[in-house]
Amino acid sequence: MRDVAVVGIGILPWGELWEKSFRDIFAEAALNALDDAGVDHIDSLLVGCMTGGLFVGQEHVGAIMADYIGQKHIAAGHVESACASGGLAFRQAFIEVASGMTDIVMAGGVEKMTDVSIDGATYALATAADQDYEVFHGVTFPGLYAMMARAYMQKYKVTRQQLSAVPYKNHLNGSKNPYAQYPFPIKLEDVENGVLVADPLHILDCSPITDGAAAVILTTVDIAKKLKKPIIKVIGSGLATDTIALHQRDSLTWLKSTELAGQRALKMAGKKIDDIDLVEVHDCFSIAEIIVTESLGFFKAGQGAKAVADGVTALDGKIPVNPSGGLKSKGHPVGATGIGQIIEIVKQLRGEAENGRQIKGSPKVGMTQNMGGSGASAVVHILEVA
Amino acid sequence: MFPARIWREMPQRYRLEAAKCTKCGKRYYPPRLVCAECGNRKFEIYNLPEEATIQTFTVIRTPASQFSDQAPYAIGIAKFDDGVQMMAQIADCELDKVKVGMKVRLEFRKIQADGSNGVLSYSYKFVPKWY
Repeated sequence: MRDVAVVGIGILPWGELWEKSFRDIFAEAALNALDDAGVDHIDSLLVGCMTGGLFVGQEHVGAIMADYIGQKHIAAGHVESACASGGLAFRQAFIEVASGMTDIVMAGGVEKMTDVSIDGATYALATAADQDYEVFHGVTFPGLYAMMARAYMQKYKVTRQQLSAVPYKNHLNGSKNPYAQYPFPIKLEDVENGVLVADPLHILDCSPITDGAAAVILTTVDIAKKLKKPIIKVIGSGLATDTIALHQRDSLTWLKSTELAGQRALKMAGKKIDDIDLVEVHDCFSIAEIIVTESLGFFKAGQGAKAVADGVTALDGKIPVNPSGGLKSKGHPVGATGIGQIIEIVKQLRGEAENGRQIKGSPKVGMTQNMGGSGASAVVHILEVA
Repeated sequence: MFPARIWREMPQRYRLEAAKCTKCGKRYYPPRLVCAECGNRKFEIYNLPEEATIQTFTVIRTPASQFSDQAPYAIGIAKFDDGVQMMAQIADCELDKVKVGMKVRLEFRKIQADGSNGVLSYSYKFVPKWY
């Protein structure tokens, strides 16, 4: 396998981008990535998108985006693994370059979610769950994570305030991110005072509906050296799956796919969990960040909530989690989220994070964890400064 | 929902048929073609037991469009005495009285009316066993 590096990153401010189309938000991010890498041509494009079909009636996303980013006729395709589509696109791009098959690949992600009503978006997102045996009965994504939250809180005697510490911390981080959808801090008590979505989850426990796109460029370390960009190597990639239905799992308070994807990525990278300096995780709901950090091995089962409340995962904590603001503050344009996570890690490893968000002490190794559905798929990547 | 989709699921939705692996004994609802534990492809079909216990639940207040007229409603995961778990709405209950550990049984109920076709779909809901 060839050594692979990320040489270009491109994003645009995420939010309710009513004035911009599906294809234009992706093109804007992609052009920023090309400019950042200093290349004008790519050999291949992989676009992560959960459901362009349901959100904007557009499938065949690889072809349309290749054309609209000015790369007509290149190899291009659409990659889907629900909310982990972006992470999976990055993994497939990594494999293309590492295998020797393609030299310069763009991994992108896009979702345009505000062209449908809220119940339309709820319907579209619910297609990531078991349509016949979960969704059919009226469950929603907040509902699935709410069931995990209730099971977790009862099992480990976790308080409402400990759960609220997750969105509180992520909004504080996101207030320093100029690309975040909600770049402002919140008060701890705002979370429990917000409207209930699916008990015990309130609105601020949930990541928002977002229009957004992101793109990164991967190439070999040899080509990266010629481009004279900071070289951030991709040293580990892990992908794992689980039952699509939450009720068919052995545990409601653990994410096996995340555990396995993390172990696979660490093994490939030759690293231990203690070697990781910072991590971007899939905090689609407050409870998700807690269970994910435990399943990855940062904390023992049942200790994750206390760790957040105690500041262990803050920007200046022992292991900063979601320095970008996470899905909660930065936004969650589902197909783009996994690429957005890679961008934050690259910025942090380059020492380029904006507005005082940069983690002190020049971090060397960063991790991303991107998850589909209620954890039926998980993708973990490990990046390192060359 | 296209009628064929409801029709072909009648054995599991209406008759509550589950499958037991003839080799390792793992039980599945709905039935499937291969055992995820041992790879065996032979199953015994059986009917789920009547009683189950709520493992976790939530109250949906922001539903998908086809459930808008029912919100708020409780939905949860219950475990049968034979170990099979299932998700369904919890009907006939006060929302603030639902508890983990509560005993429920399955009843045949209308689940949703499908949008433009107006096809009614029926299946099971959990009903508390307190009467």
